[in-house]
Amino acid sequence: MATLKKSTEEMQYIIATDVGSTTTKARLFHLKDGEWRFLVAGEAPTTVEAPYEDVTMGVQNAVREVEELTGHKLLAPDGSGLILPYDGEKGVDLYVTTSSAGGGLQMMVSGLIKSMTAASANRAALGAGAIVMDVIARDDGRQVYQKIRMIRSLRPDMILMAGGTDGGASSHVMEIAELIKAAEPKPRLGVAYQLPIVYAGNKTLRPQIEELLKEGFALDMVDNIRPVLEQENTEPARRAVHELFMEHVMSHAPGYTRLMKWTDVDIMPTPAGEGMAMQLISNSYKMNVLGVGLGGATTNVYSIVDGRFVRSVSANLGMSYSVTNVMKEAGIENIMRWIPFNLDKEEVASRLMNKMIRPTTIPQTLEDLIVEHSVAREALRLGLQHHRTIATRLKGVQLERTISDMFEQAVEDSYVKMMDIAICAGTGGLLSHAPRRVQSMFILTDAWQPEGITRMYQDSVFMMPHIGVLSTVYREAAWNIFDKDCLVRMGTNIAATGNGKFGDPCMTIEMTMPDGKIVKEEMTFGEIKLMKLGPDEEAKVHITPEKEFDVGAGPGKEREATVAGGVAGVMIDARGRPIYLPEEETARKELLLKWFKSLELYNENKLEALI
Amino acid sequence: MVDKAIENITNGEEAETEEAHAYTPGLKVKRTMTVDKTRRLPIMGEVFLKVGDKIEYNEIVARTEISGDPHIIKMGMILGLEPEDVPRYMTKQLGETVEKGELIGYYSALFGLIKKRVESPVDGTIESISDITGQVIIRGVPIPVEVDAYIPGTVVEVMPREGAVIETSAAFIQGIFGIGGEVHGPLHVIAKNNTEILDADMITADHKGSVLIGGSQVTLDALRKAADIGVSAIVSGGVRHDDLTTFTGEEIGVAITGTEEVGLTIIITEGFGKMSMSQRTFDLLKEFEGKQAAVNGATQIRAGVLRPEIIIPHEIQEDEESEALSSGMIAGTPIRIIRQPYFGAIGKVHSLPVELQRLESESMVRVVNIELDGGEVVMVPRANVEIIEE
Repeated sequence: MATLKKSTEEMQYIIATDVGSTTTKARLFHLKDGEWRFLVAGEAPTTVEAPYEDVTMGVQNAVREVEELTGHKLLAPDGSGLILPYDGEKGVDLYVTTSSAGGGLQMMVSGLIKSMTAASANRAALGAGAIVMDVIARDDGRQVYQKIRMIRSLRPDMILMAGGTDGGASSHVMEIAELIKAAEPKPRLGVAYQLPIVYAGNKTLRPQIEELLKEGFALDMVDNIRPVLEQENTEPARRAVHELFMEHVMSHAPGYTRLMKWTDVDIMPTPAGEGMAMQLISNSYKMNVLGVGLGGATTNVYSIVDGRFVRSVSANLGMSYSVTNVMKEAGIENIMRWIPFNLDKEEVASRLMNKMIRPTTIPQTLEDLIVEHSVAREALRLGLQHHRTIATRLKGVQLERTISDMFEQAVEDSYVKMMDIAICAGTGGLLSHAPRRVQSMFILTDAWQPEGITRMYQDSVFMMPHIGVLSTVYREAAWNIFDKDCLVRMGTNIAATGNGKFGDPCMTIEMTMPDGKIVKEEMTFGEIKLMKLGPDEEAKVHITPEKEFDVGAGPGKEREATVAGGVAGVMIDARGRPIYLPEEETARKELLLKWFKSLELYNENKLEALI
Repeated sequence: MVDKAIENITNGEEAETEEAHAYTPGLKVKRTMTVDKTRRLPIMGEVFLKVGDKIEYNEIVARTEISGDPHIIKMGMILGLEPEDVPRYMTKQLGETVEKGELIGYYSALFGLIKKRVESPVDGTIESISDITGQVIIRGVPIPVEVDAYIPGTVVEVMPREGAVIETSAAFIQGIFGIGGEVHGPLHVIAKNNTEILDADMITADHKGSVLIGGSQVTLDALRKAADIGVSAIVSGGVRHDDLTTFTGEEIGVAITGTEEVGLTIIITEGFGKMSMSQRTFDLLKEFEGKQAAVNGATQIRAGVLRPEIIIPHEIQEDEESEALSSGMIAGTPIRIIRQPYFGAIGKVHSLPVELQRLESESMVRVVNIELDGGEVVMVPRANVEIIEE
C-alpha cells in the first residue's frame, strides 16, 4: 500500500472509481463547509475490449467526464494518472478504486462432506468474492471419473481445498487431493503459471499434502476451515484467497498493473466494497438487511441477519453480459409476465440477445426500459433463490455450534426469511439509474416480495463500492457521504402475507401523519398504493389485517409501528405473498397496468401509447 | 416512435464536447491489412516450423500430447488390505506400462483359498500407488493434440515449444456474434443484396465446403440444409433468436462460443433479428467472390473480448488501410446506431452536447445528435452508437 499524499484531516478532494465489467464509474467527493459530500459523477465504458485493452483508458475517460462537468482539472497531462495531491487549483488528495474487470475470480472448492467441510469452503470462497465453478466432495453424487472429467474441463483461477477436522479424517481427504492432482487442473490464465491451491483442511495432513501437491501447484496452507466439527473458521482461507486473487487474477486484467500504480491504496474487488457498504447499513440501523448488487455480468446478494453476513454471487445473472442467461434460467415467459403490453416473444428475445452482444447500450424508449425492468425482476428473484441455498445456517468468523445442530443442517431451510428482513437495499446500474426512484422500489418489491414492514433503500448514483473502499482509508468521510448522498431512502413497504380472492378485504391501515392528520386506507386483495411521506418524515401506522393475512404479528393480528418515509413514500402492498398474477393474458396485463398507474411508475401517457 | 424518443434536442448554442469516446468500438471491416495469427499449443510441445516458412491452411504448426485420463482404482478396498500394505501386493510397480486386462494387483491367503486379483481397466502407466489411501492411479495413454495454421501465410515468429505466428495480407471482417470454430473454404455471395433473406432453396449441393454470404437474415431451413450439405460457414447480417437456438439445440446463456459442434460455423455481422448486412461489409465480401476464406465463429463478450472473423488472404498490392485507433467521436464522424428506436441507422455526428439530456425513457444521459443519411437529426445516447471505421 502506498502512503497517502496528505493526512485525512488535510484532504479536500477525493476521487473514487469502480472499474466494472461494463462501465467505469468515477465519483468526485469534496469537503465543503466542514462536511464531506458527493460532488459529481463521470462514466465511461470499461476498456478491456480490443483495440483498447487497457482499463486505465476507461478510468481516464470517466475522470475526464468529471473534469468536463466541474471544470476541475484532475488528470495529469502526460497520461500518468491523477494529479495528486490537490494543489489549491487542480488535482485530488486521494484516489481509490474497486474493480470487477477481468472476469472476476473463478474458483473450484473441495471438501470431504458436501454439507459440512465442502459447504464451509464454498462460503469462504464466496466471502472472498469468488465465483465458485464447482464443489467437489466425497458424497457429491458423482462417480470419480465424472469428477475428474469436470476438473479437467474447468479452468479455475484457484482451488480451495478443505476436509477433515484437525486430527480427524485423513485417508478420505487424501483421496480427494489425489483425485485433484491426477486430474491435472489447468489455470484459466495460461499454463505459464502454477495453479494456486489453498489447503484449509485437517492440519495433521499438511506434510502429506505438501508432498503430494508441492510440484505443479502454488500451494498455500492455512488454518483448518473446520478445526472441530462445531466450529467454522473461514477467515484465514478467505484472506489467503483474497491475497492470491490480487496477485494472480486482478493483475491479468489489461492495464491493471498501471492502475495499481495510480491508486493510493490496494484495489478492492467490487463485491467486497459493496459488502462493506451493506454492513454499514446494518450496523448503523441495527437491523437485518438484504442487499443486492445487480451488475452487468453478475448478481451479488448480501444478507446480514442477526449479525451474520453472507454473500452469494450468481455468476451468470446480470443485466448486460449475462442478460440472455437470465432469459435462459428464468424462461422468457417469466420475463414477459411483467410486461403490460403486447410484444412478440421473438422480439423480446432478439432485443435481449442484442443487448448481450452490445452490452454497453442503454434503453432509449420506454418500451425498452420496461423490458429491461422485467428482466431485472427475474435476475433479482433468481439471485435471492441462489442466496438462500448459501445462507443456510449460522456463519461467523469463529462460530460455535452444538453437535445436534450439525445433524439438522442438511435439511435446514435458509434463515433468510422476508418477514425478518427490515431493510432491502439495492445497487447496480439498472437500479441506480432507474429514471424514477419508485421504479427500483417496485422492481425490488416484485422480485423479493418483502413481508411485513420493510424499509427500502438504494444507492443514489451507484457508489456503494466506492464508499466501501473509501471507508478503509477515511471512515468518517465515507459515512458522511454514504448517509447524505449515497443512501436514498425510497420509503417503506407494508405487505401482508397470505392469499385471498381478488377484491376481498385484505388489510386496513391508519397512518398518523407528521402533521397529526390520520389517513385511513382500506386495501382489498390485489391492490397496491403509494402514500406520500417524505424522506425525513416518519408516521405511526396501525395495521389491521384480515384473518387470512399476516403483517408480522401473526395471521389476523394487528400491528403498530413507526414507518419511515422516502422519495417514493409508503408502499402498501395487498397483492398477497406470493404475489398474485392472473394466468389469463388480458387480466394479467390489466392488473399490471393498474399497479403501474397506481404507483405512477412510468409516464402515463407514454405507457398508454404502448398498450 | 422517432418523435417520442426526441424530447430535447439541444439548440446548438449550448456547450458541446469537442470529442467523445464511443462506448462500443466499431467492428473491423478492412480490405487490406496484415493479419497475424498466433497458433499456440495448450501445453508445451514440438514446433515444426521456422521463421520465413510458407504454410497452408491445414498444415500442422505444432504438436504435443496431453496426458491421458487418470483411472483411480481403490486397490486396498478391492484386495481387502490396509493402505500401507497395498504396495507389497502390486504386480506392476510405479512407472511401469500396463495393458488393459493385465494383472496389476494380486492377493492370496489361506493357502490360496482366498484369491483376489485386480486387472488394469485401460492401457496406460502406473502413476501412483498410495500407502495413505490405498489408491492406485493408472494414467491412460497420452492424447495427441495438434495445431494447424488456420490461415495460409508466412511464419514471422516461432515461440519455442509453444507455436508460431503466421502472417498474411488479407481482407479482414469482424462479425458481432458467431457459433462454431475454425473452418475455411471458397467464398460465395448467394444473396443478391445486403437485404435479401438467405433461404434453403438458395443453397445447392455445389456449396459443400463453401463459405456462404447472405444478406439480412438466414432462416432455420437454410441453416439445416447447409449443415446437411456440408457447407463450411454461413455469414449473415442477422438471424432470428428462435431459429438459432432451435438449430443449435440450446439457449445461448453467455456469449462464450466457438466450441459448438453443429455442422457449420455461423457468423452474424449486425445482430439478432432481421438486420441488413452493412453495405460496406457486403460489398467487400462480394469483391472476393470465389476466393478462399478462413472463418472462425468463436465469440467471447467478456474481459479480453473476441469477435468472430472472416479472413480472406489476397495479394492485391495496395497501401494498407490505416490502423490508427479511432480516438473518438467528433462532428462528422460516421456512426451506426445500435439500439432501438433507430437500430441499424447510419449517419454522422451532428453535435455532442455536454449537458445530460432526457430520453423518452426519462433517463438523463449524455447524448450525441446524429444527422441520419436522410438529413434528419436525431438524439441518441452516446452509449448506443458505434463508430464506423473507415
